[in-house]
Amino acid sequence: MKALSQRRRHPLAAVALLLLGLLVTGGLYAVAGNVNEAKAQTTNFSAQDIEEGEKLFVANCATCHGIGAVGAPQGAHGNQAGPALIGVGAAAVDFQVGTGRMPMQMSGPQAQAKPNQFSEEQTMQLAAYVASLGAGPAIPEEDLLDVAKGDPAAGGEIFRVNCAMCHNASAAGGALTRGKFAPALAGVSEAHIYEAMATGPQNMPVFSDANISPEEKRDVIAFLKTIEEQGSPGGFSLGSLGPVSEGLLMWTAGLGIVIAFTIWLTQRSS
Amino acid sequence: MGDHSHGSPSTSGTVATAGQSDVEKFQDPGLPPHRPRRADKDPRAEKRAERQVAILFVISIIGTVLFFVGYFGIRLDDTIATLRFQNFTLGMGTAFAMLGIGVGIVHWAKTLMPDHEIVEERHEVRTEEDRRDAEQIIGQVLDESGISRRPLIRNTLIGAGVLAILPAIGIFRDLSKDMNPEVLRHTMWDAGVRLTRDPSGTPIKASDVTIGSAFHVIPEGLNEAEHKLEEKAKAVVLLMRLNPDELNVSPGREDWNYNGIVAYSKICTHVGCPVALYEQHTHHLLCPCHQSTFDLTQECKVIFGPAAHALPQLPISVDDEGYLVATSDFHEPVGPSYWERG
Repeated sequence: MKALSQRRRHPLAAVALLLLGLLVTGGLYAVAGNVNEAKAQTTNFSAQDIEEGEKLFVANCATCHGIGAVGAPQGAHGNQAGPALIGVGAAAVDFQVGTGRMPMQMSGPQAQAKPNQFSEEQTMQLAAYVASLGAGPAIPEEDLLDVAKGDPAAGGEIFRVNCAMCHNASAAGGALTRGKFAPALAGVSEAHIYEAMATGPQNMPVFSDANISPEEKRDVIAFLKTIEEQGSPGGFSLGSLGPVSEGLLMWTAGLGIVIAFTIWLTQRSS
Repeated sequence: MGDHSHGSPSTSGTVATAGQSDVEKFQDPGLPPHRPRRADKDPRAEKRAERQVAILFVISIIGTVLFFVGYFGIRLDDTIATLRFQNFTLGMGTAFAMLGIGVGIVHWAKTLMPDHEIVEERHEVRTEEDRRDAEQIIGQVLDESGISRRPLIRNTLIGAGVLAILPAIGIFRDLSKDMNPEVLRHTMWDAGVRLTRDPSGTPIKASDVTIGSAFHVIPEGLNEAEHKLEEKAKAVVLLMRLNPDELNVSPGREDWNYNGIVAYSKICTHVGCPVALYEQHTHHLLCPCHQSTFDLTQECKVIFGPAAHALPQLPISVDDEGYLVATSDFHEPVGPSYWERG
């Protein structure tokens, strides 16, 4: 213990602390990410679900999306509080409400994920109501979300061609224009990944079944879950953000160590 | 020197003289008194420092052993966990092996090696004499070589020196196997070439492309092409559909889109990164490398960033079976500018 306390002013102590902090944050994040594992409900909605969903919609969503989900009237510059939801399908509702993005907390460049405002049942009822307004992408079947049936290698190729430019090759997310961003995909449930591809939430383009087939979507999910589970092959990934986080570490911790060694080298011994 | 009638005011000696007399008063403080270190006075401290240096060297030895344990001892299996563990041991082993020696040697020098100060006097400066010697040597070289008397030799030497640089230009020029700039002007796209999905190569029906969709597209037959990657680097295309009312089509491009389906080159006109970050509501295309932003509704005009000109548009139509086809190659070279682009 004495040796440890003697080394608390050692030049490497700050680095050791930083690395420890990174490990703890990463570990907590991994634990928190695994909590959100909601499973998709079946797509057969009863008339009562639709009725309950309409009540919820009128009370919580109609302010922006209009009564009957026809959308808010357009402003002078073509801006609109909330778009029409006819034909967006149950998948869009399950994604937007299930990830907490809707109802939106405030206007901004993009709706952000936050703790769910509705229970799983209420989300399902809202989805039932919106799905009853017009045909759209349905909540995916369990079979299409079964990672064990997907091919991670094929999914990786599809991911790199279609998704990696925004979401980063290791799915760590990235910046878009004017405050918008593509979120990191670790910890997102299989159903929500599928629904995002099928419906194109916010500014994400739609990757319909005609573009990426349901089986290929399952491959993509299998790839994402594989890289999430296996982690990095070595070293600290630093959020897999590339030159920004790596450069920051080298310019602060790396140069800090060099400066500390320089001071030590030129200091007289006691 | 004190006379102001000679020389400029700045070289007149009156002001400088006062300064010089000040400098002359300045006393050389000499070296600070030598302060013995703890290891110099206390034999126990000396012993401790010796042990510390030895421990640092032992840490280095342990680091090297750790490297070999990791290198030969860890069997890699199908999981990435063993690879991660091996990388960890190799990195830590090498770090300790190097740091242990380095820190140990410095610690040794600082605590145990003699630290008395040594003064080495600077040798006398002999400016004028040295300059005369140098001038004499140069003059002798010029004279003996006869470079001023023999202009033929001088001029041919200059000519040879200039020409000797040219092979380097030739070598760098040939880094590209085919320097014909025409290869940059044309891609695999041609009238009737189907648009197919990247990477599967399956053709795309116009009805598959719903509003808000983005397809990453390669020309039909690219996967079988001889120089697949070279061709792909020029021919990749991003296919998007938006409401036809939102497109501002310039004269001459009226039949380049098909019911709001447009195809643009994915190669940034700045330095050639793939521009594929499509925002389906703002209709902006963002290049991830330098944030060049292109507005899809204005035929991919540059609205932000360093790119110099708009992304080239691929004219498209549909064939008898309803598949999307190109109606010609790009009408301008894709990608960054180059000398012969015009």
